Amino acid sequence: MAVFASLVIFLISNFVPGDPVLAQLGDILASDPAVVAQWRAKWGLDLPLWERYGIFLRGLLHGDLGQSIATRRPVLEDIVQFAPATVELATISFVMALVLGIPLGIAAAIWRDSWIDAVARVLSLVGVSAPTFWLAFIMLAIFYGWLGWAPGPGRLDPIAFPPEGPSGFFLFDTAWAGDWEGFADTLAHLILPAIVLAAATLGLITRTTRAAMLDCLQQDYVRVARAKGLRERVVVLRHALRNALVPVVTLGGLAYANLLTGAVMTETIFAWPGLGRYTFRSAAALDFPAIMGITLVVSATYLLVNLLVDLSYAVLDPRVRR
Amino acid sequence: MALPASRMRRRMRRYGLAWAGAAIVLAWLLVALLAPWISPYPPDAVDVTQRLLLPSAAHWLGTDILGRDVLSRLLHGARISLLAGFSVVLLGAGIGTTIGILAAWLRGWGEEALMRLTDLVLCFPPIILALALAAALGIGTTNTIIAMLVVWWPKYARLARSLALVQRSQEYVEAATVLGLPQKRILFRHVLPNVFGPIAVLCTLDLGIAILTFAGLSFLGLGVVPPAAEWGSMVSEGRELVEQWWVATFPGLAILTVVIGFNFLGDGLRDWLDPKAQR
Amino acid sequence: MTAILEVRDLVTVFHTDAGAVRAVDGVSFTVQRGETLGIVGESGSGKSVTAQSIMRLLDPPARIEGGQVLFEGRDVLAMSQAELADWRGASAAMVFQDSLTGLNPVLRILSQVSEHVVAHGRMAPSAARRHGIDLLRRMGVASPERAAAAFPHQFSGGMRQRVMLAIGMANDPSLLIADEPTTALDVTIQAQILDLMAGLNEKFGTAIMLISHDLGVIGSLCRRIAVMYAGEVVETGPTAEVLHDPRHPYAWALANAVPRLDTPVAARLPSIEGMPPDPLAMPRGCRFAPRCSLRISRCEAEHPPLIEIAPGRAVRCWVTMDGRRLPPPSLPAAAAPPRMAAAEPPLLEATGLVKHFALPRKSVFAKPEVVHAVNGVSLHLARGESLGIVGESGCGKSTLARLITRLHAPNAGSIRFQGQDITTLGGEALRGLRPRLQMVFQDPFASLNPRMRVGQILAEPLRVHGHADPEARVAALLDMVGLNPAWAARFPHEFSGGQRQRISIARALALDPALIVADEPVSALDVNVQAQVLNLMLELRARLGLAFLFIAHDLAVVRAFCDRVAVMYLGRFVEEAPAADLFASPAHPYTVALLSAVPEPGQGRIVLGGEPPSSLRLPQGCAFRARCPVARPICAEPPPLVEIAPGRRVLCHAPGSLQRSGQG
Repeated sequence: MAVFASLVIFLISNFVPGDPVLAQLGDILASDPAVVAQWRAKWGLDLPLWERYGIFLRGLLHGDLGQSIATRRPVLEDIVQFAPATVELATISFVMALVLGIPLGIAAAIWRDSWIDAVARVLSLVGVSAPTFWLAFIMLAIFYGWLGWAPGPGRLDPIAFPPEGPSGFFLFDTAWAGDWEGFADTLAHLILPAIVLAAATLGLITRTTRAAMLDCLQQDYVRVARAKGLRERVVVLRHALRNALVPVVTLGGLAYANLLTGAVMTETIFAWPGLGRYTFRSAAALDFPAIMGITLVVSATYLLVNLLVDLSYAVLDPRVRR
Repeated sequence: MALPASRMRRRMRRYGLAWAGAAIVLAWLLVALLAPWISPYPPDAVDVTQRLLLPSAAHWLGTDILGRDVLSRLLHGARISLLAGFSVVLLGAGIGTTIGILAAWLRGWGEEALMRLTDLVLCFPPIILALALAAALGIGTTNTIIAMLVVWWPKYARLARSLALVQRSQEYVEAATVLGLPQKRILFRHVLPNVFGPIAVLCTLDLGIAILTFAGLSFLGLGVVPPAAEWGSMVSEGRELVEQWWVATFPGLAILTVVIGFNFLGDGLRDWLDPKAQR
Repeated sequence: MTAILEVRDLVTVFHTDAGAVRAVDGVSFTVQRGETLGIVGESGSGKSVTAQSIMRLLDPPARIEGGQVLFEGRDVLAMSQAELADWRGASAAMVFQDSLTGLNPVLRILSQVSEHVVAHGRMAPSAARRHGIDLLRRMGVASPERAAAAFPHQFSGGMRQRVMLAIGMANDPSLLIADEPTTALDVTIQAQILDLMAGLNEKFGTAIMLISHDLGVIGSLCRRIAVMYAGEVVETGPTAEVLHDPRHPYAWALANAVPRLDTPVAARLPSIEGMPPDPLAMPRGCRFAPRCSLRISRCEAEHPPLIEIAPGRAVRCWVTMDGRRLPPPSLPAAAAPPRMAAAEPPLLEATGLVKHFALPRKSVFAKPEVVHAVNGVSLHLARGESLGIVGESGCGKSTLARLITRLHAPNAGSIRFQGQDITTLGGEALRGLRPRLQMVFQDPFASLNPRMRVGQILAEPLRVHGHADPEARVAALLDMVGLNPAWAARFPHEFSGGQRQRISIARALALDPALIVADEPVSALDVNVQAQVLNLMLELRARLGLAFLFIAHDLAVVRAFCDRVAVMYLGRFVEEAPAADLFASPAHPYTVALLSAVPEPGQGRIVLGGEPPSSLRLPQGCAFRARCPVARPICAEPPPLVEIAPGRRVLCHAPGSLQRSGQG
């Protein structure tokens, strides 16, 4: 399957109506055939297709994803540089979405048709329906442009120096170095994009948790648990929730895809130097090695996430274990 | 049969949101249809002297950086967004459902092959694949729709297959076989109508997602060709203009309302079709 | 004796969109300490809702709106949530019907059995765990230590029901309410569970309130009975008296509509036409009056109260309230003996049928497991004859039905129908066969396409096979099965279960078949409706000269319908005989046990231990050996098919070695 996937990626980026040469060289240079030929040779674009695929696969095995046409650096290096920013942002967002979403979904199910339920449903509806890029803009416009509460785009104030820490995760690095001012600055810059990124995932998690809880609360085993004389709290948490979590966990793959999508949009608006913005720029510049590299890396992690979800499904639901 | 007022109210409350959703969707469909006639200005009427004006009586939603009327562009944008959304979903559902039902009916290696193909596409996170394809094919509405289509059909194939498999073992399908009805008739008359319901629900909810994705791709510069008026690209044009907030806000609001409408409608449809909810 | 439970004028109302439904409308009864009370009624009579109301386990939109429930003098309806939680599961416990959905699929058995022992503060967790294992052992769960660590889906239905009983009994309640605990179980397993419950009542003095639609089940366990109809109690009294001398016409109909093992073979059953009243439009007077053949004018005008006609007996009827008895049922006319067309070639002849299915593989390296559904079945059927095939779940009878109707092709063996070899028929030839060989299915809700109108469902096969005038035939068919032809425009969901089965039968008759294979056609129906449908089938059989292959798990039903009977176990026929002979003197030990497991009051029972073996691995020798009360060393060899009399075959080393005790 993985082999097929790599083939697909390769084919996509090579059977292309657009011509990366023009995109990179600009009109003036491109009109000179000698320059074009030289450029093509440099990038191996004049070799036959199957040879190029061979080079590509060999490179893959060595961890070489080719060189970005735009930045002139190995794609892998680009990815490694930009990844921490995205991972930091995505992790904070995901944790936020979980910590808010699951309890909200449970509460909405228990107190159905109450104001908590209404709030949960409105919130999740907006989260799921609002375009991430627009939400990012609105938040920036209101909290930065109008109210001035939040700092501007970027991970840090423009005059600040990024921390020298080991991980590339600014929160961690600043805390590690004891740089509390930098920590606060990082945090302040993180809040808005994290909220925006979390919105869609929050909506999804709340909805699913609520639906799953509602379904479980109607099941016979809940009735049996009540007939045993167990306290309601125990019934809900131990019996219903345990079952309700199963469909929520299997959402994992979808949530991950959501985060990716959102990351591309959010980072662009907040000028966040992460993989999302890198993806956007590569796509706009038709930088195919970069696009291929990103697609490969992201798809690999996507497969990994799905695998983890499948495994955890077996852990949570004994019926699947066999 | 006239129901007493209390019963009517109860029924309305349960499906009230669904009706609201239907109303919203219908309204936007009308807008899209009538856009050329109800827009106060042509959508690409550039007038540099009128740039970045606040919303006023002359320009209800203000003007953008090239002096074009935001309202008119918004109304025309509905056409593209709705068209793109419907195309992707209906075509994707059509292709996917056919493949799924075929797989369930054929069984054996035919089913294996089709399902492997589905899994292959599902290996990739949808947006990344769509992005890559859109970049490869070049910008333009049709190309973007094609890129999205490739990503869109697998979930319908999966759903249709599992639904069809369930139908296959239903007793009325067995009965149809025992009665000597030809296979084709069983497929169309018995299996398909019962598969249709959940697929229709998925389609309705999916329309919102399709519109969001298309707008997203346009925002990133991969969708429509400028200067076409499309909601995503309008937000993109206005994304730096924090002071002139109306340029980016209103198109996004439009997307929000359309998607909410489809979500309400889809939820209502799902509740209506759910046998457990029958009281 | 003090009453442990007193229910007075209980009223429970469901507030639906269509209106307020009084599911329980003024129900009163008492359960004495250590007593066994049975509540019997068809679906919709309100018996389950009564039980749930007593335990206060109702969900909105249902609400208790009147009456009192007194448990040892305490008012249950006035208890707070905390008091309720203390009381439930400790003083009073409930066992539900569906053990698969009633057990939490993600929690281990032991924790589900012992969690409420700890929660009620009766024991520390470690002691509770030991207590749990002990409970499982007492309830007859095999290997209780291993079972305790397992999950619900790993158990069979019978084992799970034992776990449910263990849960109920964990805190030694004074009252155990059991809501249809054996309805989903096989006859032999049902016998085990009923035995177990009788033991609990005797040994621990637990009062049991048993709810069921099956009179036989109640009759074999409960000393007192309350009959419910349309949300009310219509008769109460000692079980033996009510069953042999019912005073309410509905109780009378129930008692006589049950196909019994002592009714003449293939005879019509007394049944009452019609259905229970619409809960939204209850009759003003007696609710049973519209269907009652004994009604007088007062019955339709005034609603009768529940009146005591003798100490411990009460009845709600204007006609019998003065203490008179009801006339015994008219003896069912003996059916005309089946035409012996001895010289004719058999209509259907099957030899050595084998069918197995490969299960999907668990992993790439494992060998696929094989379900051996049918393991060498031979049968024959003459024109106009009806052969009954009886067996418990998993014996392969449904697969056999599908082999005969060629929904599946057999892996080995041959089938000849009307002289034609249909074993490997396919395509057009198979479709040409169809009109002559039809099937009726078990589930009235899944066997009709919910999106097609009834008229379309019936007309479709007619059209496909080129019938000249489909509409006229559809009307004639509906009439033949006792339905109004004008209802052809309705959808299946607008009909009741019994009516849907009639439609299924009409559909099977549409193409004028010579043979109908009926796969458990009445198993999913209430007793009275079952009798109606069986009578219809009997009538059609006599009128049209149809041959039937009648598959059932209920011996009594088969007795009411079939000329010959075959008993199936693990994919093989273990006994085959004319019906009268089989019921009078069964030869195979399994048949004997099956017959004695049918719950009838006053019958001695042979309770088979254990469960049927898995069809994944066929045992060597006799498949029944592990459970056979009279197994011998020679049974390790495959048993021979012995013809002990003309037309009687038994698959046993020692046919006739197990005798029933306590006959009568």
